[in-house]
This record gives sequence, structure tokens and C-alpha cells, in this order.
Amino acid sequence: MSATITNSDTSNGTLVIKPYLRLSGLEPLVVRPETNFLNIGERTNVTGSKKFARLIREGQYEEALSVARQQVESGAQILDVNMDDALLDGEKAMTTFLNLVVAEPDISKIPIMIDSSKFSIIEAGLKCIQGKCIVNSISLKEGEAKFIEQAFICKSFGAAVVVMAFDEHGQADTKEKKISFSHRAYKILTEQVGYDPQDIIFDPNIFAIATGIEEHNNYAVDFIEATREIKRLMPLTRVSGGVSNISFSFRGNDVVREAMHSVFLYHAIKAGMDMGIVNAGMIQIYDEIEPKLRDLCEDAILNRRDDATERLINFAETVKAKGKVIEKDESWRQGTVQERLSHALVNGITDYIEADTEEARQQYERPLDVIEGPLMDGMNIVGDLFGSGKMFLPQVVKSARVMKKSVAVLTPFIEEEKKRLVAQNGGQIKSAGKILLATVKGDVHDIGKNIVGVVLGCNGYDIIDLGVMVPTEKILQTAREQQVDIIGLSGLITPSLDEMVHVARELKRQQFDIPLLIGGATTSRTHTAVKIAQEYEHGVVHVLDASRSVTVTGSLLNKALKKNFLAEVKSEYEKLNEGFRNKRPVKQYLSVADARKNKAVIDWNSFTPVQPKQPGIQVFKDYDLGAIAPYIDWQPFFIAWELHGKFPQILTDEVVGKEATRLYEDAQVMLKRIVNEKWLTANAVIGIFKANATGDDTIQIISDTGMPVHLEFLRQQIKKAPGQPNFSLADFIAPDSTGLQDYMGGFAVTTGGGIEAWLEKFKADHDDYSSIMLKALADRLVEAFAELMHERVRKEWWGYASEEHLSNEDLIKEAYSGIRPAPGYPACPEHTEKYKLFDLLDATTHTGITLTESLAMYPAASVSGWYFANPASKYFGIGKIEKDQVEDYAQRKGWSLEEAEKWLRPVLEYDM
Amino acid sequence: MKSLQQCATERILIIDGAMGTMIQRYKLEESDYRGERFKDHHSDVKGNNDLLNLTQPAIIEAIHKAYLDAGADIIETNTFSSTSIAMADYDMQHLAYELNVAAARIAKKAAAEYTAKNPDKPRFVAGAIGPLNKTLSLSPDVNNPGFRSVTFDEVATAYTEQIKGLVEGGADILLIETIFDTLNCKAAIYAIKQYFRETGKPELPIMISGTITDASGRTLSGQTLEAFYISVMHAHPFSVGLNCALGGQQMRPHVEELSHIAACYVSCYPNAGLPNAFGEYDEQPEDTACIIEDFAKEGFVNIVGGCCGTTPDHIRHIAEHVKTIKPRPLPRLEPTLA
Repeated sequence: MSATITNSDTSNGTLVIKPYLRLSGLEPLVVRPETNFLNIGERTNVTGSKKFARLIREGQYEEALSVARQQVESGAQILDVNMDDALLDGEKAMTTFLNLVVAEPDISKIPIMIDSSKFSIIEAGLKCIQGKCIVNSISLKEGEAKFIEQAFICKSFGAAVVVMAFDEHGQADTKEKKISFSHRAYKILTEQVGYDPQDIIFDPNIFAIATGIEEHNNYAVDFIEATREIKRLMPLTRVSGGVSNISFSFRGNDVVREAMHSVFLYHAIKAGMDMGIVNAGMIQIYDEIEPKLRDLCEDAILNRRDDATERLINFAETVKAKGKVIEKDESWRQGTVQERLSHALVNGITDYIEADTEEARQQYERPLDVIEGPLMDGMNIVGDLFGSGKMFLPQVVKSARVMKKSVAVLTPFIEEEKKRLVAQNGGQIKSAGKILLATVKGDVHDIGKNIVGVVLGCNGYDIIDLGVMVPTEKILQTAREQQVDIIGLSGLITPSLDEMVHVARELKRQQFDIPLLIGGATTSRTHTAVKIAQEYEHGVVHVLDASRSVTVTGSLLNKALKKNFLAEVKSEYEKLNEGFRNKRPVKQYLSVADARKNKAVIDWNSFTPVQPKQPGIQVFKDYDLGAIAPYIDWQPFFIAWELHGKFPQILTDEVVGKEATRLYEDAQVMLKRIVNEKWLTANAVIGIFKANATGDDTIQIISDTGMPVHLEFLRQQIKKAPGQPNFSLADFIAPDSTGLQDYMGGFAVTTGGGIEAWLEKFKADHDDYSSIMLKALADRLVEAFAELMHERVRKEWWGYASEEHLSNEDLIKEAYSGIRPAPGYPACPEHTEKYKLFDLLDATTHTGITLTESLAMYPAASVSGWYFANPASKYFGIGKIEKDQVEDYAQRKGWSLEEAEKWLRPVLEYDM
Repeated sequence: MKSLQQCATERILIIDGAMGTMIQRYKLEESDYRGERFKDHHSDVKGNNDLLNLTQPAIIEAIHKAYLDAGADIIETNTFSSTSIAMADYDMQHLAYELNVAAARIAKKAAAEYTAKNPDKPRFVAGAIGPLNKTLSLSPDVNNPGFRSVTFDEVATAYTEQIKGLVEGGADILLIETIFDTLNCKAAIYAIKQYFRETGKPELPIMISGTITDASGRTLSGQTLEAFYISVMHAHPFSVGLNCALGGQQMRPHVEELSHIAACYVSCYPNAGLPNAFGEYDEQPEDTACIIEDFAKEGFVNIVGGCCGTTPDHIRHIAEHVKTIKPRPLPRLEPTLA
């Protein structure tokens, strides 16, 4: 019987109750000295599992429960549940989920760890669980009074508590702080709150090591040694931690991460660590780690040598390359200086940076251009790679080092230029702008923010970095005193999102008018749009990563651009906000079979397809640009130049009107030259073919040579309101079963011929303005060309709308009958159908447009698509689709599921 | 006068038997239940035994005295359903506080009388806190397992009101009993802790008595006995034990287990056997007493008595059988402060 094991000593007739940590779900969990390390299941955590977060957000609790069940089945002894997502009602989500967990005995048999950095969510969780839980976590972060109050509440629910090693000033990073913070909390809990020591679990903070930042190298040692001392000073308490933090800088490289986890645990458990939040699948068996890797991990974790990080990173790269030995490759030295600078930045190589920078400096007009051009281009690549998990943090830090070295070479020249300008202008040179950066109160994560600081500093901005855990008042006070131009807030943990909302509110209350930038790992455009931007009207912009901070800052500090930039952001955020609100009700999807039953119904009995007057292919070479120009839709032209407003009103706009007018005049001058001097060649091919729908989402089209070609389409799968069909483009073509002969067309047009020579010329002249202008006009011309050809198709060659009389404005509003959707766009989002279109039209031969391997068209100023004539046809978006349709589509295309998922990724409803 | 704690070290304490069984003997009619005060109440109140605290206090007092005569050291207030939530069945939720105060006063008066007669055997009043007719861990809707008919806060609020009435009426002990959903019990513990912390009054001893519903050895809400105990340990109860649902015989292994794990005193007040085909309890007082005597001799228990179907006779026999047997010694707790 378990009872006799629980309490070991009954020999002299008196029962002895040992002060063990005792937890319970439906069954007891007694943590005895001989108890092995306890695995705490971590996947039921919205901050740690994308899948779980999605399930909760979409209200798919049944499936979320299965995540919990898997955790128990795979050996979790305690289940960590976390609902800290700023877009969730955390209390409600916690309550709903736990009430369901309680109803599942195979899950609720183990104790629950209620995990939140928001105490109200913890309380909500405590109110659902009959067993003895663990609260994760409370801390002295907000002072003793709050700590005591929260501890009393935990105690009145009988919960054990995880205490994070925090105090009022921050998170404990050194061994000494970890011990002293923990001990202080212990004394308060046991002496003032009356907590049993065995119900106290310390989390002395596991931080990432091997980040490339020297101060981080000892973090694992600090944790391990602090654990040892905590267990010595307070032997009844327990030590826990979030293990995966340790290897954060190697995310994406599971081999190294798993090895690091097990090496870390091996030493931490020996020192007394009792439990940890762990993905059981992410731990290697210590003895099975490849000895070399184990040694390297040990060096890094135990901080045994200065180059441990370096060596582990180098090894990590070879692991990625599947163990192949990488030879030092010097071929990149053959590239242009831009390529070399970029390569050096991306790969963190400083060997040649001085020479390359000097070479670049001589190539560019101003020393600053080197920074704004190739160096930033390189940093953008770094940002993208890091953002997509293809680069590790230490590499990014190395990249920043390269950047700094390069900037150092340029600085004397920049200074000299400044002096010269001062002499010329007889006044002071203004710095590009003053930017205040801070990690918000309650948050200690600052790596991203520091990178932003480096990057912006490199761009000539004055950076005031207030560090971490900065209270709102300090941010505002400094901003006022220093007269900063922009405030940038950073944060990584979820509550920081709320704190950012608070800062925004305070900015408003204290009547600030400078823009606010939001960045950091948990921040998102959606959150910024939905929660923060609502609070402050002088500009709130989410910045995805450090490299983007430059463009955002540039736009905000440029008087001409700022208003429009903010207007653009605002309208984008309003859309997001609206989209978010509309999305709140969980989207329901139909099976593809049911979606097909709800297809768009066209009464084919009373419909007679119009026979094209000019069937087959027609080719137009060197079309008259003068005839195309009147079809131009100018509004997107201004957007391309970041001038926002309706055309033609924008020309008289109070603020940008002058600039817009100047731009428009310049455009007219160039357009005239383009037309008169035939700078560009406009080519087109159109074709109208016999077609019938031969499957639910398949159209068979007969090519000029009589070959049947099957076009595959997708169908909307989202559950529609009654009477609203689930559209597929195939619905708009008469099915073969009707006996009707229907038709369908295709087109490919370009106005990009000859553009390269002109771009080369502008580049040689350092004339970016003309270069961009030409590209923007070519884009407008090709769209106009497509519009013109479509009109002629309707009126002349197909002739189903020969009576049509529409103004250019009506055309822009798509007031015509029939549509011309393009493969890769919302109604038919799968790009590879473009191959069939090009084959049908022999488009490359006829127009010179080629397709890249990712189905982009070259020259860029090209457009292609299908023509549908049925008056019932309309533009729509497919939206997201479910796996059943993807499988069906894969079969129709003769693809593997993986291939289909690759091409359909943007429209997949599910995570892969 | 000896304290409850002192008495518990010296002997096995006797807690009283069933209240309902005794009330049935009076064969009360609707009008008896209503009394003068509730003669115009809009719904039937017959069967609302707790209402008798207000309408027939003499009967309740007489029953208490019958148990005190039988040798009970602890008598339970007639408040098993005296919460706003349970009273809502009779649309009498507004009476909850009053019922508790009245019930505690009646029991206190009777107990004081017997203590005065024999100060060597002080009598104590346990304010009875029942399990409620709504549960926090179980959904009443089989098709919607996440649904709850009541919230933790509602339950805690209702219990707080009951606790206030019991304490103010003079209860010496708070007894959370017949627990089939541990979360309801935790809400009661929560309410007790908050009440004493907020009022600053010295905390009364807490007795916790769970109910194992069947041979599975688990509570209705699915916990094993040890899991149940761990879940309520934080109350630092005076005693933990079992009552109701089972007779003494069926309860034996569970009482034994509890005696091995409980850091506090152990109580046990079973039903008078299992009900017969007519739903009546027919285990005779001597039989019940023999079963309990066995528990006592094995050193399982500190507090014994009866639940459904037991009478003053049962209690008298039990008291007689255990009076010379040493109580289970309180376990030694290994020091916790390092």
C-alpha cells in the first residue's frame, strides 16, 4: 500500500510524517529524496507551443486536450498549463481548459502546474483544480507586500509555489543573487506567510548561454552552483527551471540543443535540481551523446574555456551540414564589394572588413551610403535569416561586430563630412535623430533591443538606451528631458505586451506626440494594431526586426514621409484590427466534399455561352505605348513612392500635394519620353479557347493544337452564411454535363522590354530617382496594358460585351462583366498553374516573359492571368483550406502531399 | 476546563449520530416545519430539516441532548444544508446566515448545560458544513464536460456566510463533512482561512471528513484517498476522516490507510451499515460498536461516531466500547525548518 511507503518510520509505534513535497491530481505525487527528476509537460503552453496556442485561440479545446493527453502518455508527471497570450482572455481560457482537463481522468490524474505571469490567471486556474497544484510563479519583482499577498492566496488554495529569483530591481543572474533572492523569499514565506518549506520550489532562472556575449558564458554555472547552495541552505525546498532556455541561441539545431539539455541536466540534477519544464522528446541520453559534442557542450555549460562558445558554434554548423567537414571557402572574395560586405556580415567574418569597407567607401558618394547601402543590405539578410530560424543568435552578434568594425572605418570620414557641412552651412549639423530604447518594466530581455541600438547607431542616430526593466515614468521623463524623436519599446515575455499598452496610455495622458516603436519576440503586428495602437494616436509602429527599424525610423524622422507613413500604418492596423475582431468567432470549415455541394449555382439551362469572334491565340508585339498610357491607374504609383491619398485629390493635398504634384509632373515628362522614344517594348499574347468544367474544381481547356489541358482550381472551404456559395473559379465555366460549349481565355502582357539598359544608365549616373521612377512607370504601364487588352477582349475579340462603355475610373473599379484572375492571387493562389497558362499561350516565345523557378515573371513589369466571361463570375479569395482539399489537389496535380503543401503554404488552414 | 486538544490526547472522542433519523421520529408535518413564521411561504418546506432551527428549536435541542446523554463529546449543528446555495431549493437562500447562527446557539446551549453538569467531560459544538447540492469539479451535463453549474467564488461566498453564522453562533469547531468533491471542500477551506484572516479572530479547529462512495476507494470526484488528503492538508486540520456512504465494515481499509498517512487526528463516523432493500439502515448499535472497537484497538482512530441511520443508542454503545482504548497517537512530524 502506498501509504506505508509515504512515511517511512513506524517502527517504534509512532508514525513519522516526513516533510516531503506532496502534490495531487486524482492520484498522489509524493516527492521523496529517492524520487527521480520530475518531468513537467510543457506543450500545453501557449507561449511555448504554436500548435497549442492556435488550438486555444480557435477554441478547439477537444484537440487541445489531446495535446495534454500526449504529454501524460509520454511521461509528464506534472502538467504545465499556460495561457499567457495577449490576444487571449487568459482567465477564461485557463478556466475553460482546466474544467475540461478535470473531466478527463487520464489527464487529471497528474498534478497541474498553473503557469502564468499574470496572477489573476493563476487564481482563475486555482479555482478549477481539486488537487494540490503548483503555482508558477510568484516573485519579489513587485515588492514584498504584493509577494506576501499572492503567497497567502496560493496558500489558501493549498498550492505549492514556484518562486522566481527576482527582486524589486530585477532578475538574479549571478550565483550570489540567485541564492540571496531565494533565501529572502524563503524567509518571508516561512516566517510571515507560514508556508511549509517543502511547498516552496525555487526557479533560479535558466538563461541562454553561448550567445556570443561574454557575460552570458557563466549562466549555466551560476544556476548549477546556486542550486547546490539553495539546497544546502534550505534542504526541504525544491529547485525547478525551464530547461530549454539554456540552448535558446541554438534554436533550429535540435542535435545541439538536445545535447546541451542533457549535459545541463546531468550537472544541475547532481547539484540538486528536482524538476524542470522539459520537452521529454528534446533530451538526449547523456551517455549517448557523441563524445566530441558532449565535451563541447560541457565546456560551454561549465564555462571551462574562453572559446567554448566559438567551438560549439563551429561544431553546430558541421552538425547542420550532416557531419561533413567544411573546408574554408575563399571563393566569395571574387564577388563585388557589396557581395563581399554582405558575405562578411552574414558569416560574421572580420578578416577583410577594413579593406572592403575602404573599397566601398571609394565606390559610394558619401561614407554614410556605405552604411545605408551594402552594410544595411547585409544586415537585412541577417535579420531575415535570424527571423526564420536559419541563423543563431551568436552569429547575429558576430554580424553586429563586423558591422561595427566597418562603421569604425567609416566614422572619421563621416565626421570629416560633417565638419565640412558645418563649415558650409555655418551652423550646427543635426544628428539624424534621437531615439530612446528601453525594455519595459517587468522584462529583462534586451538582446534584440541591443541589436536595434547597434543597427540604428550605425545609421547615425543618437541612441539613448535605458536598459531593462524600465518603468514607464522613467521612459517618459527621459524622453521629455532629452527631447527624443522616437521611443522604442522592447520586450520578450507576454506581460510586457500589457506594459507596452500602459506606456502608450501614459504617452497619451501626458500629451506626447512622438512616435512609439514596438519590438521584441512576442510582439506582433496584430497585437500592436489591436491593443497598443488604439491607445495612442501619434504613431505606434510594430517593427519586425532590427534591420527593419532603420526604414521605419527613417520614414518617421523624414518630415515629408512621416505623415504618409503613419497613415499607411494606421490604415493597415485598422484593417488588422477589423480582421481580428471579425475573426473572433472561430472559423469553421467544411469538408471539401461539403464545400463542393455548396458551389456557386449558375442556371446553365438559360445560359448560352458567347462564341468568341476571334478564337485562338493572338500576338501583339511592340504595342503602341501611347494607346496604353491613358489606361494608367495612378494611385498605386503614389503608394510606390510612399505618398498616400486618393488620386487626383492627392495633387492638391495640403501636406503632400506639392511633392505629389512635382512627382506627377516628373512622371509625365518621363512617360512622354518613354512613349515617344520607345524606351520600353510592350508585348502581349491573348488566347480564347474552348473550355468546360470536367470535375468539381477542374476545367478542361482545349489548346490551339487541340490538346486538352486540365486546369486545377481550389475551392473556398470556410463555412459560409446560408445562401452564400463556396466559390471555385471552376464554377464559372459550364460543366461538360450541360452539353454547352463554353470558353475561357488567357493572357500574358509585358512592358518591361528594354528596361534594363535604362536602369543601367541611371545607376551609372547614381540617379536613383530616375531609376525608381522608371520602374514605377513600367509597373503602371503593364497594368494599364492588361486593362486595355481585357477591354478589347470583351468588346472585340470575344465580343461578349460589345456594347460596353466604361470610363477609366469604372475600369479601375472593375465595373466590367467577367474577370481576369491571375495564378498566385487570391482566387487561384497556387502559382504553378502559370506553367499551363504560359504553355497554352506560348507566352515566353511571344512576349519574352520568362518564369523564374518560383514562378515570378521576368521582366518584373509583366502580368498574366485567365479570362472568365460569365456574367456571374466575380473576384473572390480562396481563404484558408483544409488538409482534405490539399490531399485532393495533390492527387489532381500528381504531386506528393509535401509538394502540394509547399506550394499551398500561404493558404493552409493548418500548421505543418 | 480541558481543551479539545487535551481531550483528544487522552481518549477517543465521540461524535454524535444522525440528525435526520432522529427528526423522522417526530413525524413532523408541513405545518410543523413552517411554524408561525413561514406559514405563508410560497413553496413546500417539509423535509427542510435545517429550517427547524428556526421553527422547532426545542426538537433540535432535544435531539442534541439525547446524543449528549449518550456520551457524545462533539455534537454537530443542524446545518448540513444551511447555505444560500442549498437553501435556494426552498427559495430560502436569504435565511442562510440566520439558520447557522440559530443552530449554533441551540447546540451551544445544550453542550454548555452538559459541560456545566460534568466539567471533566467538556462538550464541543462542531459547526457542520455540508457538501452542497452543486459541485465544482463535475459537470451536470454529460454532453458538456466543461460546464459548471456554480463557480468557485459563488461556493466560497456561500460558505463564508455559513461560517460567519456558525462562528458567531458559538461553534467550537468547523466540520467540513460528507465531501464528495474535493474542490467544494477546498472552497470551504478557502472561505475559513479568509474569514479568520480578515476578522482577525483566532482560527477554530477544522475537521475534514470525506466520503468514499464505493469500492473503488475513490471520492465521487475521482481522487484516491491519499490524493484527497494531500489536497486538503493545507487546512492544517485538527482531524481528517471519513463519513457516510459506507458502513463501518466497508470503510475499514480506507480508515486504515488514512491512519497511516494523516499528520493529524483521524475521525470515522460511518453509516449504520448499508441500507437494506427499503432504504433503511438496520445495523444494530452493538454491531456498529464492535466494528468501531476494532478500529480503535488497531490504533486507526481518534474520533468516532455515526452517520446515516445511527441513533443515540448507537452512539452510547460506541462510547461504551472505546472508552478504555487508547487513541491513535498523533504522528511525529519531522521538523520542517532547516
